[in-house]
Amino acid sequence: MARLSGASVARIEEICDAYQGEKTPLVMILSDIQREFGYVPLEVQEVVSRKTGLSVAEIYGVVTFYSFFSLTPKGKHVIGCCLGTACYVKGAQRIIDRFCNDLGIEPGGTTDDGMFTIDALRCIGACAAAPAVTIDGKVYARVDISQVPGIISAYRQMEGGAE
Amino acid sequence: MSLVNIKIEGRPYQVEEGLTILEAARQCGYEIPSLCSFNHGECNQGSCRVCLVEATGARGLAASCVYQVAEGMEVLINSPKAVAARRTSVELLLSNHNVNCQQCGKSGQCELQNVARIVGAREGMFKGAKTPTTYDDVSPSIVRDTSKCILCGRCVERCKNAHGNGVLGFQNRGFDAKVGPAMDISFADSPCIMCGQCVTVCPTGALLPKSEIDKVDFARAQGKYMVVQTAPAVRAALGEEFGLPIGTPVTGKMAAALRRLGFNRVYDVDFGADLTIMEEANELLDRVKSGGVLPMITSCSPGWVNYAETYYADLLPHLSSCKSPHQMQGAIIKSYFAQAHGLDPKDIFVVSIMPCTAKKSEKDRAQMEVDGIRDVDAVLTVCELGDLIKRSGMQFNRLPEEGFDYDIMGTSTGAGVIFGVTGGVMEAALRTAYRVLEGKEHDAVVFNAVRGFDGIREATIAMGGMDVKVAVASGMANAKILLDQIREGTSPYHFIEIMGCPGGCINGGGMPIVRHCFLPNEDVDIVDTYRAKRARALYTEDERNTLRQSHNNPQIIELYSRFLEKPNSHKAHELLHTTYAGREPFRVQDH
Repeated sequence: MARLSGASVARIEEICDAYQGEKTPLVMILSDIQREFGYVPLEVQEVVSRKTGLSVAEIYGVVTFYSFFSLTPKGKHVIGCCLGTACYVKGAQRIIDRFCNDLGIEPGGTTDDGMFTIDALRCIGACAAAPAVTIDGKVYARVDISQVPGIISAYRQMEGGAE
Repeated sequence: MSLVNIKIEGRPYQVEEGLTILEAARQCGYEIPSLCSFNHGECNQGSCRVCLVEATGARGLAASCVYQVAEGMEVLINSPKAVAARRTSVELLLSNHNVNCQQCGKSGQCELQNVARIVGAREGMFKGAKTPTTYDDVSPSIVRDTSKCILCGRCVERCKNAHGNGVLGFQNRGFDAKVGPAMDISFADSPCIMCGQCVTVCPTGALLPKSEIDKVDFARAQGKYMVVQTAPAVRAALGEEFGLPIGTPVTGKMAAALRRLGFNRVYDVDFGADLTIMEEANELLDRVKSGGVLPMITSCSPGWVNYAETYYADLLPHLSSCKSPHQMQGAIIKSYFAQAHGLDPKDIFVVSIMPCTAKKSEKDRAQMEVDGIRDVDAVLTVCELGDLIKRSGMQFNRLPEEGFDYDIMGTSTGAGVIFGVTGGVMEAALRTAYRVLEGKEHDAVVFNAVRGFDGIREATIAMGGMDVKVAVASGMANAKILLDQIREGTSPYHFIEIMGCPGGCINGGGMPIVRHCFLPNEDVDIVDTYRAKRARALYTEDERNTLRQSHNNPQIIELYSRFLEKPNSHKAHELLHTTYAGREPFRVQDH
């Protein structure tokens, strides 16, 4: 646990304390941590275990069960490609393949510069917009494979980096 | 207790309300196969679907391990529909299993193999992808092979029940689901205490003790002077490997078998247990007299020591500094015994037969050596000894009754033999502490208050003008209660015995497995009663021994007068005592 700063430990403990009255607080605690820290590594799970009395094995089970949680830091921009049924029949596989190809990572992976993460999502409920892609919560509707390079470079430019 | 009327296969029975169909059927003389359920719902996931039966009132087929009986219920185990469904369930499990039965250490005692045979599972019914495997044989004690895991969850439950905060859990989801320590790391890097309780409930070969038979074979081939020593609990269970009823003591045949396996000397760790009592009882009295750290806690159980080092490092000064009996005896064999026989300790190879998987890692601890000479070189479980005997061609049940080798360390007392059951070390220590403090033996040899299988037991014994308060716990979930008292400064005790496994060594991770399906001649409640039966075997051996107290062992007295001088002497400390160090629960590299 050496790699967690005292401030991080204190913040995690604070999050755990906020759900003290709850019967099953684990998913809520982990959600807050995921949102705030961007991932839930082993060191963090150990703190949660100490605070909640749940075993690390059980916490790790929950972290690896839900795709929302991540064991490694996510990129600054999270590209979520919906692979639900409607999106899939509208060609979502080709969209995610193109994102992966252009960024040089696998689904679930993060670029070396920490800029992008690609997540494969199940149905996000935007079937009318199929194939749909979400980036940092913003939904891109009826994405065509040819739009992918433009979307990526728009985010790159937003960060001030040259192509 | 109210009864309900049910029918099984058309025949009427009266059974207790609230029982599952599986338990009720067992009482009526039917054994329904099941892989996930374990005794009285210790693990009731209802996940394996191997126990499906037809039951009136159930929607579709009922999982008999979770579905309860009800008035008027009619159960069909042998209907074509139920039979076909159970076969399909097993075939589905096999479709994601490595089915490498011939090379598997569980072969012949595997519940999946057994049930596959019973339901008539066919080969290759569901071909497809297999879940990526984790194979972990890094720890000295337990091997995890997820290619044999059926995700029943028994080990997850047992680890949690025995130790409170379990090490094992389900991870990932769907087809990638696995059971293992967090991060899918090796047991060696996890907070696992190596007790092997998970091994004792695993229905397949996914969790097995790590075999050291090759190591022993190699030492023999090198021409080492082979010395074997057997733990107290071994004699109470080795017979089970050869079909003898649970609780049959086989001390004599075991000694005969070991001699025929080519060991130069066959000794009993009961002698080491007597030695431990001499050291430990005197250490306790020293602490009481000199205002040392109290309560003192026993240190015979390496599972418990692992737990203390991981979770209660602040309490390590409470642990007795005594090595465990087989480590003490190993050190004595390589010093006192070696000198007496003119042997070079480097040429001696000491094998301990243990009911325990944690002993395998204990013997590898850096502290367990004297001047570069390891105390013990290999640890075999009861099951491994069973395998060695079978391999040799010996017919165990036809062997004559023989004794241990008598010279130097061949005598042991009843106090030593009861080490194998929870409360035994405490009782043995009390017999000797009383003698030291009062100058006479306790009127009753037996201290009943510390016997039994309650999670925590306590007693107060007046001796030496004071009330000595003691407590006994087995399983870390129980021990935790006593440990937290110490942390809070409210512990009223002078001396505490803690054993890693619930019930003590007779329920250790290296003991033969106990399953209804493999024990058709035992009582239907055998999974509840086997611990008491094995314990009885040890208590009976204590009762039959003319020597009941460690301090009355003439060879122990001789060992002190000729070699160690007195308990806790400088020499005794060098050979028989050890140290502990706290450790991180997770010892993983940055990832």
